[in-house]
Amino acid sequence: MITRKRSLYQHIRPYLVVTLAMVIIAWAFSGIQFTGIKDSAGQILGAILSGLCHPDWSFVYSGHGEDLTSALLETLAIAFLGTIVSAIIAVPFAFWAAKVTKGFSLRSTTGKLILTIIRVFPELVLAIMFIKAVGPGAFAGVLAMGVHSIGMMGKLFSEGIENLNRGPEEAVIAAGGSRIDTLNWATLPAMVPEFINYTLYRFEIAVRSASILGIVGAGGVGAPLIFALSTRWWSRVGIILIGIIVMVTVIDWVSGAIRQNLLK
Amino acid sequence: MNQTIPKRPFIKEWHVKGYIIFLLLNFALILSARITEVGQDFSSEQFFDLFVKMAHPDWSFLPSIITPLLQTVQMAIVGTVIGGLIAIPVALLAAKNIVRNPFVRFTVRFIMNLIRSIPEMLLAALFVAVVGIGVLSGVGALSVFSFGMMFKLLYEAIETIDQGPIEAMRAAGGNHTQIVVFAVIPQVLNQYLSFVLYTLEINVRSSAVLGYLGAGGIGLYLNTTLETFRYDRTAVVILGILVVVILVDVLSNKTREALS
Amino acid sequence: MTTNKGNIILSDVSKIYSNGTVGLEDINLTFNHGEFVMIVGLSGSGKSTLLRAINRLHDVSTGTILINGEDITNASGNKLHKLRRSVAMIFQNYNLVKTSSVYRNVMSGRVGYYPAWKSAFGIFTKEDKAMAVANLKRVNLLDKYYVKAKDLSGGQQQRVGIARAMMQEPSVILADEPVSGLDPKTTKLVMNDLKRLNEEDGITIVLNVHSIGLALKYASRIVGLKNGRIVYDKFIEDVDKRDFKEIYREAGDLSDNGEADDEPNNP
Repeated sequence: MITRKRSLYQHIRPYLVVTLAMVIIAWAFSGIQFTGIKDSAGQILGAILSGLCHPDWSFVYSGHGEDLTSALLETLAIAFLGTIVSAIIAVPFAFWAAKVTKGFSLRSTTGKLILTIIRVFPELVLAIMFIKAVGPGAFAGVLAMGVHSIGMMGKLFSEGIENLNRGPEEAVIAAGGSRIDTLNWATLPAMVPEFINYTLYRFEIAVRSASILGIVGAGGVGAPLIFALSTRWWSRVGIILIGIIVMVTVIDWVSGAIRQNLLK
Repeated sequence: MNQTIPKRPFIKEWHVKGYIIFLLLNFALILSARITEVGQDFSSEQFFDLFVKMAHPDWSFLPSIITPLLQTVQMAIVGTVIGGLIAIPVALLAAKNIVRNPFVRFTVRFIMNLIRSIPEMLLAALFVAVVGIGVLSGVGALSVFSFGMMFKLLYEAIETIDQGPIEAMRAAGGNHTQIVVFAVIPQVLNQYLSFVLYTLEINVRSSAVLGYLGAGGIGLYLNTTLETFRYDRTAVVILGILVVVILVDVLSNKTREALS
Repeated sequence: MTTNKGNIILSDVSKIYSNGTVGLEDINLTFNHGEFVMIVGLSGSGKSTLLRAINRLHDVSTGTILINGEDITNASGNKLHKLRRSVAMIFQNYNLVKTSSVYRNVMSGRVGYYPAWKSAFGIFTKEDKAMAVANLKRVNLLDKYYVKAKDLSGGQQQRVGIARAMMQEPSVILADEPVSGLDPKTTKLVMNDLKRLNEEDGITIVLNVHSIGLALKYASRIVGLKNGRIVYDKFIEDVDKRDFKEIYREAGDLSDNGEADDEPNNP
């Protein structure tokens, strides 16, 4: 058997890494005070659970728009509009940011930078900014969702372009095709299924995010939830939670099924 | 050589499915636009005023956000660790190759799917309502969120491991604990650590906004600066978040590369 | 142009990569109309670089390459597109768009004849659509017209690649290791397709292979490449089988068996 002599550093490296990780975790825990739980915590938890068991069914549909169904529909609408519109806008951004040649590329670097800057703004902050511009409501939510999604999908799409097999593009070039031909006949046809896949994936996330935009007044089911929480209306909290869980589950399931079909 | 172009059914020949999907999509878009009342007047003045103010960050605010920024990272780490640890036993219970009883598996998966469907900001709102305003609520929300995410990644990883060592242990008369310790953990350890880091990256991002709801960390400062119209300070907060997110991403990516 | 149709003349072609590696060195070659040239050499010998230089998928460092009498090394824009159009290429990895139908893949060989906006909307003449059908018929794949490329076997994909190349109505076909991923039976099908194009349509074919057996069986001329230099260049009548021992001995590989050696060639 051959044994290679290992240096001292190689011997102790695993221990060093583990120790370092432990120190970081210890530091993190030291910053969290595990006291200060409200006295009423148990009681409220019980109330929420009982609210979940005895939801306020009358809130599901009232017929004049101020009900769970319309709040959930609005949430879906925000997520849907925001995702679809930004998916289209994200495509040119993705080509801008995609790095397809070796070495430094000014085009790709600036594109990536812009997408990063867009992504930094949390959706909630964007929502507040747009509320300033268009007033409170779902429209502000759509704008916030859309802008944030451009950053997210632009990144996903551009990575998709970077990982694309370059062969078919080469084939079109070799056939005497122009750059636009290459795009139309090789790059886009190969990318479209991936784009759709990412868009659906993003939609799943957008539905989740859209359900909290209401916290700042940007439409969706978040507003009635916060209202119910602050007025301790537990049966209503219960029905809204159930509504959100059902909506998210159904969307995940449908989107997952489509994506599986798509990639087959 | 009497081949001809294959005949396609009417539906395929005229791309009926494509047109229907296209129409449905447009219909859904129009409906969504009506529901959300898209097209209200856009006051670009207000909007860009905000940008102009943000373009002149108030750097004197920087020292006061260092502690909450660090606290945000701490929250993210603690949440990831707690969620990641609890996820291990539960993920084992949901893996087909570990637990043979389908009833147990599907019950676990069903409950976990429900938990995973709750957006993390919503978790934070619930924790704030139950536990009260403070860091602990944030840690709670992040723990539950990490738990759900780690669970899914981990049980899928466990299901795709090599069955050989497990069967060998079974044949040698090993009990469940021995199988897990000697046949499962060594195979998924690296993946597990990589998932932990990935979850941490996401948690750092989300813990930065959790404070908006009163769940601790830098998010509180987002809220207060926005509400007092101190956008020059909001800019500093956002830049601070950006720096932390990028730092954590880079460190985590390097570590993940070293792991694989 | 007609007098030079199907001729390729490389003079003093060298290719040095930016990191200093020599890809090709002082290549002087003339391929005439109707030849079936097989370029043999180990991997890394520069044969792939040579083919790609002819179609200008790679730029060369020095020298000129004349296609049908026109220099491709300094052509640009429309002229480059037109020159490339007359030189079709077949790839080792087939390079089909996997999620597109066979029809679309074949049609993509014709884009050089249309302005981009027309081909983008699928506006092709009746004649060209009929040509796609005819070319698919020639490779016996017309029944796969609507099938997605990813649902085809490797051999079928390569034959779609050939049909696509034919859409260019090329005077030259370059084939870069077209059969290296295929089993002997499929190799034979693909090689016979190429041979037929060479004999029936008079298309000049320049083909890279690993296998000397294949070269001996199909080629009208064999060119050997080593470290970017031409080390061998003979017409098939003058080829002695022992000639190649040298090249392959250096790689410690004498196991070359020429996939389809045992059967007589009947194209």
